[in-house]
Formats: sequence, C-alpha cells, structure tokens
Amino acid sequence: MGKPKVAFYWCASCGGCEEAFVDLAEDILKVIEAVDIVLWPVALDFKIKDIEKLHDAEIAVSFINGAVRTDEQEDISKLLRKKSGLIVAFGSCAHLGGIPGLANFVNRDKIFDWVYKNAPSVVNNNGVFPQKKTGVIEGDLTLPEFYDTVYTLDQVIDVDYYIPGCAPPPDLILKAIEAILSGTLPEKGTVLAPDRALCETCKRRETKPEKAAIKEIKRVHQVMLDPERCFLDQGIICLGPATRDGCGERCINANMPCRGCFGPTSRVVDQGAKFLSALASIIDTNDEAEIRKITNSIVDPAGIFYYYSLPASMLRRKLNV
Amino acid sequence: MCSGRIDPQFILKAFQSGADGVLILGCHPGDCHYKEGNYKALRRFYLLRKLISQFGIEEERLKLDWVSASEADKFVRTINDMVETVKALGPLKRIPAHTSTEKGTGDLQEIKIG
Repeated sequence: MGKPKVAFYWCASCGGCEEAFVDLAEDILKVIEAVDIVLWPVALDFKIKDIEKLHDAEIAVSFINGAVRTDEQEDISKLLRKKSGLIVAFGSCAHLGGIPGLANFVNRDKIFDWVYKNAPSVVNNNGVFPQKKTGVIEGDLTLPEFYDTVYTLDQVIDVDYYIPGCAPPPDLILKAIEAILSGTLPEKGTVLAPDRALCETCKRRETKPEKAAIKEIKRVHQVMLDPERCFLDQGIICLGPATRDGCGERCINANMPCRGCFGPTSRVVDQGAKFLSALASIIDTNDEAEIRKITNSIVDPAGIFYYYSLPASMLRRKLNV
Repeated sequence: MCSGRIDPQFILKAFQSGADGVLILGCHPGDCHYKEGNYKALRRFYLLRKLISQFGIEEERLKLDWVSASEADKFVRTINDMVETVKALGPLKRIPAHTSTEKGTGDLQEIKIG
C-alpha cells in the first residue's frame, strides 16, 4: 500500500499557518517521509486539475487553513472535501473565521471603496476597481467572486477536526498528525487541543481576581504592564477566561494579553458573549452611572471580544451595513 | 431565573432565533436573594447593549428593568412600553442561515467604478 496522500490548502489567510508547518523544523522530515503530498500551493507546484483526477476520498487528509470569502475558496474546499477522507480545519481562520472574519462588521462594497478609493495612501484617479472578468488581447482574465460575508470552513463544508491557533503551535500539529497516522483520533468534530480555559494553566493565575476587582479598563499602550500579575487584575482586557488552552501561552509570556485565537472550550458557543459575561462580573461597582462610564471606556467591545471568532459567533455579522 | 444568571449567550440566541426585542426583568437593587445578581445583570446589560449596537441591532431592542412580584401595574406598563418600542422599530433584519454562502448572488461587475 502506498503512503497516505495529504493535501494542504490556504483560503483567506496570511500564510502564518503555512509557516507553522515549516516551524515543525526537522520534524517536518518525518511527516514528509510518512505521507505523499498531493497539493500545497505555497510550497509545491501541483495543479487543481491533478486533484480533480483523483478518486473520491483518495486523499487521506486535507489540511485547510484560512476563512472562506471567495467562490474559488468555496469551490476548492468542496473539491477537497469530495476527494478527502478527512478534512482538518487548520488554524483560527478556518476554525472560527479569524482576523479576516472581522470584515463581517462591514461588507464588500465598503471594503472595495476603502481599499481602491478612500484609503489615504491610495491614488486611483481613474477609479479602477477589480472586475470578475476583464477582456485583454490574449482573452478573458478572471478573478474569484468576493463575498459580503466571511465564512468559517465548517459553514461551507463538513469538517472532521479542528487544529486551533494563530498559528497552531508545533506540538499540537505533530500530535494531530500522529493521531491521524496511527488511527487514534477522538470523536469527529473535536478541536484537537486541551478542553479547558487558558487561565487554568496561566502562570499568572494566582493574581486572577475572583470577584469584582477593577474600576478602570485600560489599553496595553496606556500602562507599563506588570509581567507577573494577571492582566485582568491590571484592568487590561485578556480573553483567557473565555479561551481554550493549549497555545503554550506565547502571548502571555511576551507580556501581552490573550486575544482568544484558540476559540472557546467545547461548552461555549459564543466566545465573545462569554467573555463579556466574565468581564462584567469583575467590574467593581454597582453604581449605574459608573457602570456606564466603565463600559463606555471600552472602545470596541465587539471587535476585541470577537477578535478571532466573529464569523463563528451567534450573530456572525453586522446587520444593516 | 435570577437576572444574574442571564448568560449573554441567551440574549444573542434570542436575537439569532428571530426575536425583535429582548426584555430582562430583575428584582429591584437591594432585593436580590443572592445579594448582587441583579447588579451583575446591570453590568452585563450595559456592555451587551453596546455590543449589539456594533452588530447593527438598535440598543432599544434590549431593555433591562426592575419589577418585583407585587408590581403588577409596573409589569404591564413595562411590557407595553417594550412592545411599543419594538413595533416602532419594526422587525429586525434576519441573519441568513449558516449553511449557505452568497455564491453567485453578487456579481463583481455591479460594483460601481469611480
């Protein structure tokens, strides 16, 4: 029997997830030895028509990173679903929508107006906008259709497993690959990371406030951050209480608060709402005017509470843009 | 249930499921059996109201008030006020289903040039 076939694909993503594979360092050689890569646009020159020729489910597993926001990303995700035994949503964007998902606070027209017209660095006197089809002497050039809404991978195709993180850390990737190769995967739909909140393993947890403790919400650039003390206790928004553990606390170790890239634990549907609940609990006042003042001091609650998870949230996008 | 037990997810779920308005009624401040469940609700309420407005849901669609078991008149008045408010706002635009993208519904050509 030949080696299992594996595909890597990227949708709306930054390339950091691809970098995460490279970050496996020498361990990547073990992976390459054990599998036969059939698609990896960022690194190898395979074509989509090569994938179309494969039998259904001939690819053992496809790792897809990035959110879905164009018809091409949707089509290729669907093709890979058909040709693969397993689909793994790889990284925050495929899992939850990620940073590109914040575009769900606006729509396509607003994005295009900004990017091709209104941004201060843009000079576009002729009003040139990208078109789905442009005729040139050599024939028609086409671009994918750009959607109003950014989708998580599992809103477009059936997903078997999730590897969370922006980007996923090497130990989780290796563990997932080992589980796939040895056939020791958990129940379908599992997020392949510990199912507990980040605070549980945070080394600052000793100073985490148990009850009402903060009178003022501050932003990271406004204060000198104490490298030992719980961010929340310092009045800094840290999504640790509403975020899954397993990242290795890379941000916390760099003295930056958690922004929630691992998504919520399995018991939580809406990460932002759950964090809102936790934050409101530790605001130390029962005076209505003061409550209003403190909540108003949070400039962009939806943007920060759904930093990585807007398309996966209950409301998914802004209405009436 | 105690207003302090209202998980913000319940409210978002109500809006997601088709509610045009959500009214939270708690015990008066100082009357809480658990001492400050209603104050917790109050803190969550103000933050949540700001959050839903960022999603394009008018703040007036979410309301919190205090009504005790013996305040039948206030209960009726509060409900009627809320119904008036929601009627005046009209139905909330529905969120499309999770399962389909907008593929083929928008043509890039339609984007105006200039």
